[in-house]
Amino acid sequence: MTATTASPRGLTRVVLSANVAVVFLFFYAPIALLTVFSFSNDRNPSRWGGFTLDWYREFGESQSLQDALRRSLWVALWSTIVSVILGTSSALALERFRFRGRRVFDALLYLPIIIPDVTMGIMMLIFFGDAIELVNDIFGTSYTKGIATITLAHIAFNISFVSVVVRARLAGMDQRMEEAARDLYASRTQAFRHVTLPQIMPGIAGGALLAVTISLDDVVVTQFSSGPGATTLPVFVFSLIRKGVTPLINATSVIMLTASVLLVLLSILTEGLRGNESTTTTTGGTP
Amino acid sequence: MTDTEAAVSLGGITKRFGDVTAVDAIDLEIADGEFFALLGPSGCGKTTTLRMIAGLDFPTQGSLRIFGEEVGTLPPNKRPVNTVFQNYALFPHMSVVQNVAFGLKMKKVPKAEIGDRVAEAIRLVHLEGMEQRKPDQLSGGQQQRVALARALVNSPKVLLLDEPLGALDLKLRQEMQRELKVLQREVGITFVFVTHDQEEALTMSDRIGVMNEGRLLQIGTPREIYEHPANRFVADFIGQTNLLEGTVEATDLVCLANGVRVEAPTRRATPGTAVSVSLRPESATLHRRGNSPVDVPCLDGELTAITYLGNALVSTVALDWMTVEVRMENRADLDHLTVGAAVSITWAAGALAVVGD
Amino acid sequence: MTAIDERPVDPGVEEPPAATPAFEAAAENADARRGFLLALPGYVYLLVFFVIPVLIVFVYSFADRTPGGTELANWNLDSYRKLGEPVVREILRRSLWLAFLTTAICLVFSYPFAYFMATRSPRVRNLMLVFVMIPFWSNFLVRNYAWRVILGPDGPWSSTTETLGLGSQDLLFTQQAVVLGLVYGFMPFMILPLYASLERIDLRLVEASRDLYASGWQTFRRVLLPLSMPGVIAGSILVFVPSLGAYVTPEILGGAKSTLLGSYIVIQFLTARNVPFGATLSVVLMAAMLAGTLAYFRAGGRNL
Repeated sequence: MTATTASPRGLTRVVLSANVAVVFLFFYAPIALLTVFSFSNDRNPSRWGGFTLDWYREFGESQSLQDALRRSLWVALWSTIVSVILGTSSALALERFRFRGRRVFDALLYLPIIIPDVTMGIMMLIFFGDAIELVNDIFGTSYTKGIATITLAHIAFNISFVSVVVRARLAGMDQRMEEAARDLYASRTQAFRHVTLPQIMPGIAGGALLAVTISLDDVVVTQFSSGPGATTLPVFVFSLIRKGVTPLINATSVIMLTASVLLVLLSILTEGLRGNESTTTTTGGTP
Repeated sequence: MTDTEAAVSLGGITKRFGDVTAVDAIDLEIADGEFFALLGPSGCGKTTTLRMIAGLDFPTQGSLRIFGEEVGTLPPNKRPVNTVFQNYALFPHMSVVQNVAFGLKMKKVPKAEIGDRVAEAIRLVHLEGMEQRKPDQLSGGQQQRVALARALVNSPKVLLLDEPLGALDLKLRQEMQRELKVLQREVGITFVFVTHDQEEALTMSDRIGVMNEGRLLQIGTPREIYEHPANRFVADFIGQTNLLEGTVEATDLVCLANGVRVEAPTRRATPGTAVSVSLRPESATLHRRGNSPVDVPCLDGELTAITYLGNALVSTVALDWMTVEVRMENRADLDHLTVGAAVSITWAAGALAVVGD
Repeated sequence: MTAIDERPVDPGVEEPPAATPAFEAAAENADARRGFLLALPGYVYLLVFFVIPVLIVFVYSFADRTPGGTELANWNLDSYRKLGEPVVREILRRSLWLAFLTTAICLVFSYPFAYFMATRSPRVRNLMLVFVMIPFWSNFLVRNYAWRVILGPDGPWSSTTETLGLGSQDLLFTQQAVVLGLVYGFMPFMILPLYASLERIDLRLVEASRDLYASGWQTFRRVLLPLSMPGVIAGSILVFVPSLGAYVTPEILGGAKSTLLGSYIVIQFLTARNVPFGATLSVVLMAAMLAGTLAYFRAGGRNL
């Protein structure tokens, strides 16, 4: 349905349109202002003092920020790889099979998405503290919390996000397509490789981008899974903000924001492709 | 293997889903080269039967042979049959050629041979020039042809079609009905197709199996099924009919509920049995009361409604004990029929069929 | 075409058996096993790194607090009793109130927004959706920090209020600032489910209602609102529960008087070193989440 009598008229229409304008202004004005101030040549991060790129230069030269950024990327990469594999296979199992424990698993997969991040952070704090102690006691090792525990925690919530996205994709795919492949002499593995996988690829890519985005943005769970001296960029920035705001934080924030906006746009695009855009270069079976 | 061997032979095939019996001990033999229709309302078990032949569902019990070989426990990729799926289930990420070549590739047929056979199959369904298109760039009718080519290219021993024309509009459907029939003669493969459309089944098939509630009620040629339905369900489901209640009096003689005695083949029904007599609307003729031929049994009533269909008129006649519909070709001499007129209904000899329950 | 792919007739190979209930059951079991094996890695991962941590928190909430730390013995309900203390009750009351306020404000702005979106043409709709998705998925910390900059001393907010002659209206480090940050952070979580449920409603129903003499308000009350209830509930849960557990926003925008449940939990672990009580507060928060989710499914919602 496009705009018909259901679409409001008169005063209602004016109010509705104004509301949309207000909401969008509310969403984007703070981001725009932050971006402007990141180029401001003033020690006060809330005041305009002429154009400068100094803060971005400082970001590039700060060893601690660069280290934090590198750790963030490392965590995002590995947590995404693992959660894409686990999340996709979970999605396949739930969407295509009936097995014992399916309903419990289904419900369990939603929990990491809706649990408040403080709770999840606290869970990880106690769990990794106790688990590492236990491991060190048994094996005589001296592990500490750090980048590995952060990655493990990120996988725990990213599995859920990946599986939700891939499941949506699987649910939208005609199951008869897989049967058709089987009917055309494909083994189960072949049917998956040649028919199912190419079709759910946009979902997997979308899920992966989502996992990267969430991993790069997370503060709370990361803070409680990390050890001394090994934090990611958002956690580092968070600790800087708590010490006091500086224009350097403005610049760092804008960089982080740009990265996440780009990732969001990319994942929206990937989802929009729906895997059926025509590629004229593919070759057929006949010469 | 002998020549007389059935292409498909089902022996007591049963499928249960939990407590529900979807297919109930069906026995069926489909001859080599036959165009066979499984007809029935939705949920009657016809698609489940087809899926069992394809190997997409395993039977709970029973024997399933294709040219004498038991295949009931083989997975779909090990069976010499192929399927044209409802809504086609074409692979959207592959071109027409890739779709058609898929089965041969999976069977590891040599590349050169794949090329020839795919080209041949595409020619067979008249899709030359569409080779590199993706399914979403094709019309419904063209997609249907790709689905056919994709199945036929593998030279299956039996081709299964699940509501193959269901997604097409009326005109295209009628065109494809003829084409499918021609195609089947050309390739000489046994076709088993599932449909809920009785007209489609009557038009296309050599024989029809009518199913309801998991059971096979009647197997026969379209003529046998239409003219001698085995029971009320078949009579009612295939075309429209008037079912007149009556009792068998003697061999080939039935006394209708209003006392009129009519001749109809009673077959195995013994005297005293309550039966229904099927009178097809188009087999009946309407006369102004008193103008009907003498010495012929007739039913008297009042004309209560006339539905104008263009090429025909359907008249509703209220008898004392039931309502009967009569369908007559639209001719100028029918003007005397007006609502409220007292009329008599007659029929040609042999038009009545006795059906059991 | 003829059948050229006859299976070679090999008299030595026995014919496969006909189907039996036992075979059918075996095939079904094999299928179930395949599904189970596919699910297993994810299942095990979540059991180890999610379910066990949840259980540990639960266990700790009954643990004994000793001067040296926490002892996993002398199981007691002290931490749960502590929930009744006036300080704690004040924080719980404040958290509930601010979370409720946040939810209400989000709902008031999001419903007309989502309705406007749902009545647009598909093109406009999708474009608007993209512009809601961007804040939905972009960095929460940074977006809250933006308000810190705006509300900061000599920043855009104070210069605006001064220009308007309202004098200095310091918002930073107040509860209002926290609510502002929460609304800013979570509004997309309200808009998206609302839009999803409004978009599914056949808008001809609105026309039908108007045709049947209902006023605009009556149409909203009697037709739109009941039909979009799953979206209202889903959006409210998605805003209310994380607001209740908010930690980052109060840390950045709030002051001493705006400690909320989320920050209070963290304080128990990092500052007060009262692990059992922190665990108890986490259990309370999880219970709120589960209650909200159950309410959602009760109301006929299917997916979050």
